[in-house]
Amino acid sequence: MVGYIVQRILAAIPVMGFVALFVFLLLRLTPGDPAAILAGDTATPEQLEAIRESLGLNDPIFTQFFRWVGQLLQGDFGTSILSGKPVIELIGDRMEPTISLALTTIILSVTIAVPLGVIAAWKQGTLIDRFVMLLSVLGFSVPVFVIGYLMISLFSMELKWFPVQGFRPIGDGVGDFLHRIALPTFTLTLLYIALIARITRTSMLEILGDDYVRTARAKGLPESRVLMRHALRNCSVPIITVIGIGFALIISGVVVTESVFNLPGLGRLTVDAVLSRDYPVIQAVILLASLIYVVINLLIDIAYVLLDPRIRYA
Amino acid sequence: MSDQTATIAPPARMSPLVRTREIVLSSPLVTVGTIILVLVVLSAIFAAWIVPHDPVRLTPSQRLKPPSETYWLGTDAFGRDLFSRIVYGGQISLVVGVAAAIVAVVAGLMLGLLAGYIRWIDAVLMRMVDGLMAIPSILLAIAIVSLWGASLWTVLVAITIPEVPRVVRLVRSLVLSAREEPYVEAAIAAGSPTFLIMRRHLVPNTVAPLIIQGTYICASAILTEAILSFLGAGINPETPSWGNIMAEGRIYFQINPGIVLWPGLVVSVVILSINLLGDAVRDALDPRMAKRGLER
Amino acid sequence: MSLLDIRNLRIALDGVRDADVVKGLDLSIESGQTLCLVGESGSGKSLTALATMGLLPPVLKAIAGSITLKGENLLEASAARLRDLRATSMSMIFQEPMTALNPVARVGQQIEEVLEFHSDLSLSARRSRVKEMMEAVHLPDVDKMYASFPHQLSGGQRQRIMIAMALVMRPQLLIADEPTTALDVTTQAQILSLIRELREDQGAAVLFITHDMGVVSEIADDVTVLKLGEVMETQGVDDLLRRPQTDYTRALLRAVPSQVPRPPRDEQSDEVVLSTNALSKTYSGGGWFTKTREVRAAQDVSFSLPKGRTLGIVGESGSGKTTVARCIMRLIDPTSGTINVGGTDIAMLSQKDLKPQRKKIQIVFQDPMRSLNPRIEIGQSIIEGPLNYGTARDAAMARARELLELVGLPASAVDRFPHQFSGGQRQRIAIARALAMDPDVLVADEAVSALDVSVQAQVLDLLAELQERFGLGILFITHDLGVASQICDDVLVMQNGRVVEYGPAGQVLGSPRQDYTKTLIKAAPGRHWDFANFRPFAEAAE
Repeated sequence: MVGYIVQRILAAIPVMGFVALFVFLLLRLTPGDPAAILAGDTATPEQLEAIRESLGLNDPIFTQFFRWVGQLLQGDFGTSILSGKPVIELIGDRMEPTISLALTTIILSVTIAVPLGVIAAWKQGTLIDRFVMLLSVLGFSVPVFVIGYLMISLFSMELKWFPVQGFRPIGDGVGDFLHRIALPTFTLTLLYIALIARITRTSMLEILGDDYVRTARAKGLPESRVLMRHALRNCSVPIITVIGIGFALIISGVVVTESVFNLPGLGRLTVDAVLSRDYPVIQAVILLASLIYVVINLLIDIAYVLLDPRIRYA
Repeated sequence: MSDQTATIAPPARMSPLVRTREIVLSSPLVTVGTIILVLVVLSAIFAAWIVPHDPVRLTPSQRLKPPSETYWLGTDAFGRDLFSRIVYGGQISLVVGVAAAIVAVVAGLMLGLLAGYIRWIDAVLMRMVDGLMAIPSILLAIAIVSLWGASLWTVLVAITIPEVPRVVRLVRSLVLSAREEPYVEAAIAAGSPTFLIMRRHLVPNTVAPLIIQGTYICASAILTEAILSFLGAGINPETPSWGNIMAEGRIYFQINPGIVLWPGLVVSVVILSINLLGDAVRDALDPRMAKRGLER
Repeated sequence: MSLLDIRNLRIALDGVRDADVVKGLDLSIESGQTLCLVGESGSGKSLTALATMGLLPPVLKAIAGSITLKGENLLEASAARLRDLRATSMSMIFQEPMTALNPVARVGQQIEEVLEFHSDLSLSARRSRVKEMMEAVHLPDVDKMYASFPHQLSGGQRQRIMIAMALVMRPQLLIADEPTTALDVTTQAQILSLIRELREDQGAAVLFITHDMGVVSEIADDVTVLKLGEVMETQGVDDLLRRPQTDYTRALLRAVPSQVPRPPRDEQSDEVVLSTNALSKTYSGGGWFTKTREVRAAQDVSFSLPKGRTLGIVGESGSGKTTVARCIMRLIDPTSGTINVGGTDIAMLSQKDLKPQRKKIQIVFQDPMRSLNPRIEIGQSIIEGPLNYGTARDAAMARARELLELVGLPASAVDRFPHQFSGGQRQRIAIARALAMDPDVLVADEAVSALDVSVQAQVLDLLAELQERFGLGILFITHDLGVASQICDDVLVMQNGRVVEYGPAGQVLGSPRQDYTKTLIKAAPGRHWDFANFRPFAEAAE
């Protein structure tokens, strides 16, 4: 078991290494002077020279890469072109809205989607199953920002239940926090509900055909027990796997949703950076998002140990 | 009882035409979706003959008009006809969707075959695939576009790259499981060269899943293009696309929500139709996969 | 009145006319009796059992008749009533004990759950009752085993858990659906004797479903023979084996391979077509951080196979017999030793040097559903090999037609697809494909194990005939001692990757020297019966 966990942690390192390499090469393979890209259009020749110096552009490319990784490991993500502040500071300031939105979305989605998926599989082919399936195709098809604007026009402009935009930290009061994060969460949650409900339904369907479910029924257990203890328990691995993989989708969705609802999070930071071609910020956000993704999936790999005794005692 | 005397079942193969008809008619939703898709594709191809107005001509006197007999869906902030822009916008979306699907499937098929067959390539390639999948696709696309500048080509590359790893994984897993099949081992025992085994026994197994995956990629690429344009990291607003029409309408949302909602409706319905068609194809081509649910 | 009484039961595909899969079945069982339901695949024997439990899959419906348990018609019982009856009045054990247990729950709890819903016992009382039951099925170290997960147990232990689970409420009826088919022969013998023992202790009736006449002869009081959903006959076991009333039963019995080794063939060629010397295959343990044990799948396996003779490799699962076959085919690379095919050692040859040698040795696999590419016509499958070695397409196709006729199929079948054939037919095609290469050696890896017994007999006859005709050396991998006795000249017994005994079939199977071989032979069900001649061997000797 310890071997398994160590192995998973070690396997995550080359993945992160490749992400870093990819981000590094992306900049180097761009035609033109990387220093000029990193410094922005308004840089003075002295600033350019200073950046060239720190990148060591005359060194072999491997040396440059490892020096850059070394800087990253020390928390040096460079300086924003737009604001002139260290990127790491900018990111720190913008973390809270993003994390809040991601967490509320995951919690709401899982609470709604898992029961939906279970019922759809149990009542396969009925009206409720078709409704869940249609909902999940809709979730994959309607762009998040379209849902966002529909929400705004309905709940903010027509019904005036929620503010159009803005964010309050949870420290300022839970009620206010929830009131303002509600619409962005509803917006983003549909995609995630679609994803989780779908995998829950498919894995439940598969498992409901398994022999041990038949055994459970042959034991004369009530259907609720068969579904929850025997079927759903065995679905937990595919479901949390998809929650982990879906985290990349959440990050993409957060970028869009923040932009629709004007939340001062990492997504807004990224979009502003794109508009002003502030590459150091984009680069840092990619690295950070990928790191979070890798860590979450690592945690999920470790969670398998708790969920599946076949791994625990391997 | 004797297997020697048992009758041999007659062939049960359907012509592709009959098959297509069955898929399209498999449910009313799919039928409606297919009709909508055909209409959208036709209108994008023949846009020049259909649109009532020039989609790029600025008419400052006609800014933000509500729908009327002249401007069916109203006008945008520069007085351009919204309907005409949406019809033209379909060209970009469809080109992006189809091109991304084809390129991603072909690239993924080749890389997946290599990974499924050659050990050291597999080790390296799968680490790369894991790395690529760790980068949220929108962020990756944003980075590419912001570095290389926005053009149809960069947007296409930016949208296709994140799709490739999924195809590689799919093909690889299909190849690995097919390699265990006794009929593949029989071919090895019969002295068939690797290339022949791939072509004859492995690639045909990937066709149905790849067609299905291709439809999903097409839908996802159209979605990504719309998001990129919406975030301002897409194709130059000179060329109308569904995403940048919406992006331009954002600040006027409270005055004329139609600029955002009409293209939003079109893009949603088109993606929905492609996804429904993809599900129908999946149910028809590969019942086993339908049960398992294709990784997407 | 009988404990269980099934009258005129009809089961049909839901909503499809005339799609009866069980057609008016009658049977009844008294308390304390074992009724064997015997039939080949598609006979409806498992469906009858599932219908009794109320567990038919949704696409199948019991459309007529009655299933009466202790005077109550189960077909009219509500879902809630059926749930109450399960485990308390009737219970069922299944073929595959690995998949029949929930992989993520402790086995003790899986038994305890039955008591939780069907008794008023307290938790501690339930626990001690479960442990009592686990002891009754002779599981060792019950306290530890209670907290184990299914994957930590052996196949036989898992089936014992299933039996404990089924009998913990002392139901009057136990339905056992092929409960020993997935088990090794020695484990099978233990499970059969356990079922006999518990039936006597608890006075329960057993409905035992099987395809295996050997098992029938060991466990049945009465036997009902089914064919395609219809009852052929019902008799006491002794009467049935001695005086079968229908042609179908007679044919079924005749097809059962006898446990007595075939008489040795006189002439023996000196020409050795295949031999190995100290062949070994070791799977090294895991990566840097996962400590997997090194597995010695095969160790020091040496044998030689003369032209025109059949060598059987016999063993239970995990014995290494399939590893040996796959090494010989070079589907996996042996770790050490030599494999001599027609004078060339192919054990360490590169793929390129191997190619000319591959022609000489061909294989037929176990699973007829997967051994032919479903997407290409069978003619194309057959000629693939010859084309690789430069035969012209027309000549290869002409040969394919000849071979199909030789294996008992019409030549015109070349442009049919695999799904159009039955399992036995597909095995014939696979044999034709192997013969198309004109091999000196044919490796048959459990090639008849997935077939019904009547089809199995025909394929074995075909192999013998082809061997005669082409002078093939056949390496026959099997777990079935009956099949081995019927066709092998020499037998090699394997256990845990090692050769236990190797010699002429008459000697190894007739008067074994090693304890393990003796155990295997003793465990083989029905070894006292000469089924084909409708009498016990003991009487034949008189």
